[in-house]
Amino acid sequence: MTTVRTLNPMADPATDVDDVARLLTPAGERVSDADLQQWIEDVDTTAIQRLYRDMVLLRRIDAEGVALQRQGQVGLWPPCQGQEATQIGTARALRADDFAFPSYRETGVVYARGGKPSDYVLAWRGEGHSTYDPHELHTATQQIIIGAQSLHAVGYAMGVQRDGGDQVAAAYFGDGATSQGDVNEAMVFASSFGAPVVFVCTNNQWAISEPVSVQARFPIAGRAPGFGIPSMRVDGNDVLACLAAMRWAIDHARKGRGPAFIEAVTYRMGPHTTSDDPTRYRDKEEVEIWRRRDPIDRVEALLRTEGAFDDDLVAEVAADADALADEVRQAAMGAVTRPPLSIFDAVYAEPHSGIDAQRAAYAAYLDGFAAVAEEG
Amino acid sequence: MVQLTMAKAINEGLRRAMADDPKVLVLGEDIGKLGGVFRVTDRLQEEFGAQRVIDTPLAESGIVGTAVGLALRGFRPVVEIQFDGFVYPAFDQIVCQVAKLHYRTRGNVRMPLTIRIPWAGGVGAAEHHSESPEAYFVHTSGLRVVAVSNPQDAYVMLRQAIASDDPVVYFEPKRLYHTRAEVHLDVDPADAPPMGLARVAREGTDVTVLTYGAQVATALDAALAAEEDGISLEVIDLRSLSPVDYRTIGASVRKTGRVVVTHEAAREAGVGAELVASVTERCFHYLESPPVRVTGHDIPYPPAKLEKHHVPDLDRVLDAVDRVLERPNSLTGVEL
Ligand SMILES: Cc1ncc(C[n+]2csc(CCOP(=O)(O)OP(=O)(O)O)c2C)c(N)n1
Repeated sequence: MTTVRTLNPMADPATDVDDVARLLTPAGERVSDADLQQWIEDVDTTAIQRLYRDMVLLRRIDAEGVALQRQGQVGLWPPCQGQEATQIGTARALRADDFAFPSYRETGVVYARGGKPSDYVLAWRGEGHSTYDPHELHTATQQIIIGAQSLHAVGYAMGVQRDGGDQVAAAYFGDGATSQGDVNEAMVFASSFGAPVVFVCTNNQWAISEPVSVQARFPIAGRAPGFGIPSMRVDGNDVLACLAAMRWAIDHARKGRGPAFIEAVTYRMGPHTTSDDPTRYRDKEEVEIWRRRDPIDRVEALLRTEGAFDDDLVAEVAADADALADEVRQAAMGAVTRPPLSIFDAVYAEPHSGIDAQRAAYAAYLDGFAAVAEEG
Repeated sequence: MVQLTMAKAINEGLRRAMADDPKVLVLGEDIGKLGGVFRVTDRLQEEFGAQRVIDTPLAESGIVGTAVGLALRGFRPVVEIQFDGFVYPAFDQIVCQVAKLHYRTRGNVRMPLTIRIPWAGGVGAAEHHSESPEAYFVHTSGLRVVAVSNPQDAYVMLRQAIASDDPVVYFEPKRLYHTRAEVHLDVDPADAPPMGLARVAREGTDVTVLTYGAQVATALDAALAAEEDGISLEVIDLRSLSPVDYRTIGASVRKTGRVVVTHEAAREAGVGAELVASVTERCFHYLESPPVRVTGHDIPYPPAKLEKHHVPDLDRVLDAVDRVLERPNSLTGVEL
């Protein structure tokens, strides 16, 4: 099966953000989609309330990350505001023992996989490259090298095939990443070996300052079929569509039918990172258009229509968000920097005489200061 | 004990490692039915199947990057890079991912990957088929780098590399693939000298020659020739370039007081530079003369017809020996 679902093959420019499958319009109205509908039959109002809560909590973590950066508590933060539906919808479709390979911006994937408050901030604070154990969370360390993780996901999926397991690997990357060799190599490997991997391309319209049209002249989902991979282009601000599409893709991979590809069309509302100045390259109006497509507002509107959005829910979710934000803040403020010699830890798994000698020499050097201090 | 070529010894090492541990996989271009362009993986696919001896798409970053994922899943991938000059597309995955994952995850993720690279020149090959990229990898913390010089080491060190929980870049000198020697296949890799240890390939008293890979044979030839002149060379086969066994080297330098380093990689910021600096730091007061490097020139690897001028030969090594002995017949004792 190499269909491009919901994609008009008439060379629509990559920027046509409405050529997408959706279940929830920007106004928050439920619509039906022939491909997606079957995958969310079981998603009732309570489940939608949970998705709403996830997205609100994620937005709160993100806001806290930005605030902590402004206060000098973390060095850098890559905001994901606007991308909550893509991250939560797709990651919530994964089974605990599936393996996710997120990029730096996928805070929501780490959240959905069970990350702790400290896991969101300590790496950005510079306390460690990664704080969680990938094997425990079944989630790889958030990747900074653009696209590299897509190959790791495919290799992991090839390992699943060899183990006879039924797990799926999920490779997350941005629209910019699709220009990288690694992402294209990953699709070749995945397709040739029929690996159970799902590619999730978060098309947030921008790669730092470069619009998606620099990376692609045709919708990105249109590339996958060329590799023999079925793909779907969905509204990335529609959490139901993201969940449904991911369930479709995971089911496809888990049943041994090989890889699947999702392009989630969304928007990065904030700067690329806290060091970036998006006013230099994009219009205010563009941001305003996307503000009206907000993924959380949309779910709120839906819940209202269904009579499932009231003050109690708002208060409860807000309290949870406050509590989590507080924990994130405490994790950053209370961070204890590791002792100096720990920089030599875990360079190798086994003893390495070169590193061991350097550690010993540096320890002696530091001891020298201690001795001088003692002598006064 | 059997007589085996180096290619066959490595093949046997792969076979036994795969037989012993179902988690060992081999990936690369043309390694299946063809058995690799050097036949190092000959018949392995027949024996272990296409799920364990994987003919990959033609994409080096893809090969190494998927091996990272396989390692994450608990496998021990052995990757074949077809030729030294083709490792560059995989450089990012090796340097940024393979080398650093253990560190980034504070020891939670192990990368027991072996990256085999048919390596270096002297076989009259086409462009990009004779590179000596070892310094790039030695410079990268988190990788172990070894270079083999004989079938026995090739066999044992490959098995040790595969058994190691660290990533190992394993260099196989192409010009030795068909050299034959006795190999003990039943030696237990755990009992054999670890791959981090250097080997005194020949004992001597006047000059220490530090080298590795195919240059070991050149150095041994030079030692034979020097002997006729009454000069005694001690030849040390480094075996491991990261870490370097400075204990063995130090003992030798303290004995001889004179050092020649030879490798075929270019000189600038090469392994030889590191060896000389480290030996000087550690053994300065034992040195009788400045250490000398004999290396490839700082040029792209030249065309095959000219490679004999690039790869240091016996005479260039002997000339360096003259220089460290401050003998008047040195040809190259020019101010640099
Ligand atoms: C190999 C590599 N090149 C360049 C960079 C610098 N860089 C970091 S993020 C980025 C843009 C990535 O855009 P995209 O893939 O669309 O993801 P997004 O940031 O929009 O989530 C660039 C160029 C990098 N991290 N890695």
